[in-house]
Formats: sequence, C-alpha cells, structure tokens
Amino acid sequence: MKEKLRSLWQKLFGDSMRAFGVVSLVFLASMAIAPAKNFFSEWRHYQHGYLSMIRNRSEANTLRRHFQGGIQQIWLPDLGVVDRCTSCHVGLKEPTLTDVAQQPYRKHPVIPHNLDQFGCTVCHRGQGAATTVAEAHSSTLAWEQPILPAKFVESSCGQCHRGSLPGTPQLNLGRNLLSRSGCVHCHAVKLPDGSTVKATDDPPSLSHIGDKTTRQWIYAWLKDPQAYAVTATMPNFKLSDADARDISAFLIANSAPVAGDSVTLSAKPSNDPTAGASLYGESFCASCHAVQNAAGNVVGGDVGPELTRIGSKVKPEWLQAWVRNPRVYDPPTGMPHYRFNDAQVATLTGFLLAKTDSDLLANVHLDAATPEQIAHGKRLVSDYGCASCHEIAGIKKPENFAPELSRIGSKPITQLIFLQGMQHTLPDYIAGKIKQPRAFAPGLKMPQYTFTPAQIDALTTALLSLNDRSYSLPPSLAVSAPPESDYQPAGKAGKLMTDLACFSCHRINGHGGDMAPDLTWEGSSVQREWLVQFFRNPGTLRPALIRRMPKFNLTDGEINELTDYIMTVYQSPSVDRDSMPVSGYAQGQIELGKQLYYGKYSCQGCHIVDTKTDKGYIGPTLTHVGSRLTAAWIYQWMKNPEALRPGTIEPNRAMSDEDARALTAFLISQKGGGQQEAAKK
Amino acid sequence: MNRLASGITLLSAALLAASCSRKSDSVALKPTAFGAAIVESSGGKQFGQTGTSLPQPVVVQVNDPQGGAVTGALVEFAAAPGVTFDPASALTDSSGQVSTNVALGGMAGRYQITASTLDKARKKVELKIEEIALGYQQTLGRRLNEQYCDRCHNAESTAERVSNYDNLEVKPHPFTEGDTLNKLSDADLTAIITYGGPALNKSALMPAWGNTLKKADVQALIAYIRAVSDPPSRSAGPVYAKN
Repeated sequence: MKEKLRSLWQKLFGDSMRAFGVVSLVFLASMAIAPAKNFFSEWRHYQHGYLSMIRNRSEANTLRRHFQGGIQQIWLPDLGVVDRCTSCHVGLKEPTLTDVAQQPYRKHPVIPHNLDQFGCTVCHRGQGAATTVAEAHSSTLAWEQPILPAKFVESSCGQCHRGSLPGTPQLNLGRNLLSRSGCVHCHAVKLPDGSTVKATDDPPSLSHIGDKTTRQWIYAWLKDPQAYAVTATMPNFKLSDADARDISAFLIANSAPVAGDSVTLSAKPSNDPTAGASLYGESFCASCHAVQNAAGNVVGGDVGPELTRIGSKVKPEWLQAWVRNPRVYDPPTGMPHYRFNDAQVATLTGFLLAKTDSDLLANVHLDAATPEQIAHGKRLVSDYGCASCHEIAGIKKPENFAPELSRIGSKPITQLIFLQGMQHTLPDYIAGKIKQPRAFAPGLKMPQYTFTPAQIDALTTALLSLNDRSYSLPPSLAVSAPPESDYQPAGKAGKLMTDLACFSCHRINGHGGDMAPDLTWEGSSVQREWLVQFFRNPGTLRPALIRRMPKFNLTDGEINELTDYIMTVYQSPSVDRDSMPVSGYAQGQIELGKQLYYGKYSCQGCHIVDTKTDKGYIGPTLTHVGSRLTAAWIYQWMKNPEALRPGTIEPNRAMSDEDARALTAFLISQKGGGQQEAAKK
Repeated sequence: MNRLASGITLLSAALLAASCSRKSDSVALKPTAFGAAIVESSGGKQFGQTGTSLPQPVVVQVNDPQGGAVTGALVEFAAAPGVTFDPASALTDSSGQVSTNVALGGMAGRYQITASTLDKARKKVELKIEEIALGYQQTLGRRLNEQYCDRCHNAESTAERVSNYDNLEVKPHPFTEGDTLNKLSDADLTAIITYGGPALNKSALMPAWGNTLKKADVQALIAYIRAVSDPPSRSAGPVYAKN
C-alpha cells in the first residue's frame, strides 16, 4: 500500500517540471469551476426554459423584447427587500401569461399592489436573495423563513392593513375570532401603532352566579360547555370530575346575591307553548339568540347566548327577573329592557323554561361542598386563570397570564417544540397549538377550543400577521383601522337608549352593531310623526327581512323623549330637513318622476310603490314613503346615497338636479293613499 | 478497516431505508368490502379561496351493482400536487360514505379531484369532482357579488337573503350561466356593469354601478363571473390548475 503511494507521488511530483505541470492543471481546472457553476445554475436553466416556452406563443416577439437575462433583483432598502425571485419567475409581469400552467413562468395574479414597489418576500416570505429554488423556498440553516403556504398569504396583507379589507376574508375572520373567542383575554396582543387588540366577547360575571343557576349546571358546563350549547364560546378545560366539583363548589360559595334579580310574579309561568312562541317571535328574540332545531341546525342570531337548553340552566325566579329587566342583574348587558307586563313575562319565561335537556344533568350528583373543596376550587380558579375572562369577586384578573402574541408571526423555529410527525414550520406549529393545545407538554393550561379547520387556518393567518416586519415597515405604509368610537348619547334619552340597548343593533356615530340601519342622520331622514308611530308599533319596511325592530312597549313620555332627541341631535349637515316641502308638488313634476321611476331608473326592480304591479323587495317598501321620509332627504339620497349612508347598496345614479327633483316629487306623494285611510276607519 | 467501513455503510443504508419506509408507510387501510360504483353525495363545485379548506367536506358514496351502499370499501382521493385531503384515504362508513376535507392549491382556477375505489375484480372505479379556487381578485369579486348582485342574479333564496329574482320582469342571468355570459367580452361586461342594462340594449332593471363601484371593483366582479361560469370561460385561466 505504502509502496504504491510512493510511486504515485514520484510519478506526479518526481521532478520540478512534472510538479509544475500537475499543479498548473489542477489550478486551471479549479479556475473553471466558477464559470461552470454559473453556467449550470438553476436560474439560467429556468430562463432557458422560459425562452423555449415563449417561442411558440403568438406574442413571442413582445415577450422576448421584455425578457432580460441574468440575475434580476428588486431592491427596496426601505422595506429591507433584496428579492431575486424574478430571475426564475420571469413572466410575473407579463399580462398575457395568465394561462401558463408551467411554473415558474405564470403571470402573478392580480393584486392591488405593484411588484416593483413591494417585492416578493414582503408577502410570500422565503429568502429573497437566494438564487436556487431550495434556498429561496425552503428553510435552510442560514435562513429560517420558508415560503408562506398560499393559504396563509393574507397574513401578509395584515402587516400594513390593520382594519378589515374586502379582499381578505380569511384574515378578517381570523382577527374577528381572535377578539371574539376570548384569546386576547389571556394573551396580550400589542399592535405596532401602540394599541392593543381588545376582546369583543363579553364573558359573564360569576360573582352572582348562584342567583342565576345551580351548582349542578355549573359542573356540567365546566365538564363540557358544548354539551350545553354547541355554539358556546367557552372552551373545554378538560377538568377532572373532582376539579369540576371543587370549582363549582367555590363559585356557588363565592356568589353574592343581587337584590331584585329574582322575582315572584303575580302570574305563574305559563305553559302555553303557542303564546310563548308567538311572543318570542314578535319580540324578535331570534335576531340575537339561536336555538338548535331537531335537525341539529343552529337557527338564529349570535349576539346573545344560544337558548336550546336554557330551561336546564336557569332558576325560574332569576329568568323572570331577567326577562322583566335584565339590567338589574347585569347593568351593561346588550339585552334590551323590553318592558313586558307580568303576563308577558310569565308567558315568555314558561316558553323558555320548557327548553330543557334531561340528559344534561342526569348524571350529575354532587354532595354538599366541604370547606376543603371550596378552598381547592378557589386555587384552581386562580391556576386556570378563570378571572382573565370572567369577573369573580375576590379574585384579581391575572396580568400576562399567557405568553404575549404581539410578534408570534416571527417566532424563531429554534424556540419551538414540535409534536411528533409535525412539519417543522411556524404556521404548522401555530395551527397545531390551536388545534390541540394540551398535546404539546404535560401540565399546559390552554383549553381545548372547538374550531373548524377553516377557523384554525383563519386564526393562524391572523397570528402570522403579527410579526417583526409589521414593526419594521415604514410607518407611512401602515393603513390603520377605522378608529373605535365610544359614542354615548347624552341625558335622559341617552339613558333610555342604553336601557333599550339600541346599540346592540344600530350604529350611531361609528358606535354600535350592524344588524339594523345606521341612525347617525335619522333626524334628517324621517318625519317626526312617523317616528312616533314607529316606536309605538314598529311595522316592517322591508318585507324580505327576517330581523326587525321589536316592540318595546314604551310609554308616550319615553317615545317623546326619544323622538325629540333623535330629531334634534341626529341631523346631517348636508340635509336641511325644512328646505323642501312634503307636499304641494306640481302634478306634471310628479308625473315626470313616475316615468323616471318606472323607466329610466327602473326603481321597481328593488322597491314597491304600487303593491298591485311592483314586486321588488330588496329596498324598503315605498308605498308610504311620503309620510316617512323628508323631501330633502329623498332628494339628497337620489343625488348620492353613499354620502348619506356609507355602504348602502342603493347604486349612485349620478342624477341631474331635475331628475332628482321629479323623483322626489313622485315619492313624497306616496302617502299610503286610500289603503291607509281605509285601515284607519 | 474495509470491513468496518462496509459495515458502517450497510448500517447507515439500513437506517436510511428504515427511516424512509416509515415515512411512506402511513397506516395502510385494508378494504373489507368492494363496491361497483362511486358517486358524489355532496361537496362538488364549491368555491374556496386558493390554498384554503373548502367550506364543506367532499362526501362520496360507494355502491354495489344494485345501488346499495357498501361499508368498508377503500376510497382514495387524488388531485394535482398542492391539493391536500384530510384524510386522503378512508374506508366507507355504515352508510357507505367517506367524507374528506379538501384544501385547494395556491393557483386560482378549477381543480379536478379524483375519488377512486376498487371493485370486486380489483379494478379501479373513479369519480371526478370539480372544485373552484378563487384568487385575490375573484375573492374580492365574490364579496361584491354578495353585496350588490346576488340578490337579483341568484334565483335561490336562503334564510338570510331572500332572492329578488322571481320579482323581476326581465330575468337576470345567474353568473354560473356560462353559455350566455362567456359570449360577452370583458369590455361588454364592463359596459353593462358601469352604465347599466341599456348600454347593451338590455333592460333598465339592471342599474348603472359606475358611480358606486371603482374600476378595480368592476374588474374583480368580472374575474369572479369568469371563475364561476359553467361551462368554464377560457379567460378564467387554465381549466384544471396544475398546482
């Protein structure tokens, strides 16, 4: 062996000439490595492929003229972008290459941004400076962030856009879930503008829970909230029987009664299901509360809690007091104070109490609580952070109970512990944590939610948008969300509006729900007498709508108070209510308006003025519009509806003054006519 | 020395093979029954955003020659790379059905999903299902459609949204009606949306949206209309996206 080596050495380096020759050859060969590497590089291969692909296309000459060989780069120092992706993705900006199946040549799908202004990695992640597929797309030793899977790409929109966008439903849903599923009660989320994400759910206070329900129900609920209501927001803490027993013991022992939140009625809860159902329907309870029907479908709104098994939960006396005036037990509740009389309270309570599920509490047998159990329950309540969401007398809301998520979207993979068989990427980790939080280590406290796969993806999208880049982007790029308004009406009328929970459905000055019309300019819009009548007996304006204004049984004094306030305060500066009369228009002008209505503008497609001929029911019925709206409002509405009510679906027809005036004359003459008169008699 | 080296090589090869086989060998399902046909129960022709899970699972049923449901037949789902199934294969349940959650690939376009099962002769029986992935522009268009167009252009009512279709004297075209809408150029569609029906000598019941919708909105709507048309419109990009 040694002999052989020595003779080889002799052959190659035996004398100086030989040695020089060999060394030169080796040197020359090594010199050729760099150009060869360059010649066989991946991007060159893809550029060749592109050129041969476009050769057969009809617009080949144009494409070839646009083509630039060599490594391409988008350099945006402000954004920290050095993206060479366009070296291989050659056709990204070619409008004709939308139909190319072969990647990396297809045109980039239409987005509202210019590639040259934002580069690629701002949205897609990956390593921009890399010039090989593996390094650019995958996670490497030197670069952790792989390409973001397409399903999470909307997270990148969220780096700059803090509000909801019409084109990013997934991101919007994820952010919504983050706020309304209670995530931010425990996990703080700070945004780059210094604000924090606020919870929009409203977990009930548990300080008086003993008035409302039984220990047995609390136990069953703690064990499995979704067994009581499939739509329950409360997650499952996977408590042992003993822990659930002790927490329920503590909550009941800790509960202090509220004066007046349980009443005995003159009338007994009625067992008349027909009357109950019709009062439930008339009061439009289903606009906010859902009930699961026999087929398993949840029908109704999601503003208030689901009522499928309410009878198995609440104490009858509490429910009576609640239906009579919910503000006694929970002053800030979103439930309106309906002003039912005793008979109505009895009917509705009886109807609700009949909604029971005998299985729910069948196997719950609890002995009287011992002091040890209560003490242990209190400790558990602190350990699990119950007070992060719920107000509990004697327990402080814990600070920073769970890790802050303000930059979770940039969490280094080296800091993560993955489950077995899980892909080692950040999105997979986040989704996995949401899907099965307790699987990651023994003793973890995060509860089990019941999110669907689509909801998990949406939440992951929202969380990925909370990343370092959102902080390092130039502040000028940030598009802030519309500011939260905490508008509160003043005075007596304001108190009345809070009592009636107007803001649960209506929005005024940027504050409130979106179930019912925005009332910011209501005072300019409607006639006083109509508003009084409407409060007295809310009729329907839109026959196709299932959600309507309930009847609150207001007194004349209350109606006057509200009407005066609305007519005085909610006035648009662009509509002078008294600038146009509500009657006395020339017949010719009315006739012209009618022609425009049925002809040029074909309003009958969506509205009804004549119940005999018109059928459209997208917009409100206009048979009585002349006694409902002011002429000035109608006129301005014809000119530009969006200016008066942003987001309305009434198209802006850019009417001439003349057309708008004629239509106003026609519409204001629609005062219900003979029918109304006949009805009065 | 040599022996040691070859030993190490063998060992590492064995290890490699073992690790590879573990990866590829995910719990193999053994069918206990075989059907004659595979049919779609639900979940076809859904619209989903690129990359995301479809709103409803795809459910298929395996039947015997008499049309009765077969329990325990193996159903496998396959599609272009980028499409994922959860689960990708399963045995039919007591009602002969298999349900899978589908996430479409990252490209907008139509995806073809193949569900297959084996018949008694161990021959593959296949069912092809089509799903539609919407990109950013089509997604925006879809939202605008729901806000402005759907109530007249979609004849079907839901509990939340009662259709106005039947109330209209001149019936609007549902956007899936490819036979009609594919014959209209993008320019014509833009004109009719922007200036209303009369722009193309059609009914004035179709109002002008040009002052309400931005140009990009109109383009997004057209992209959506093209994406959902049936038969497919050629400008919807590749029929059966590859990824």
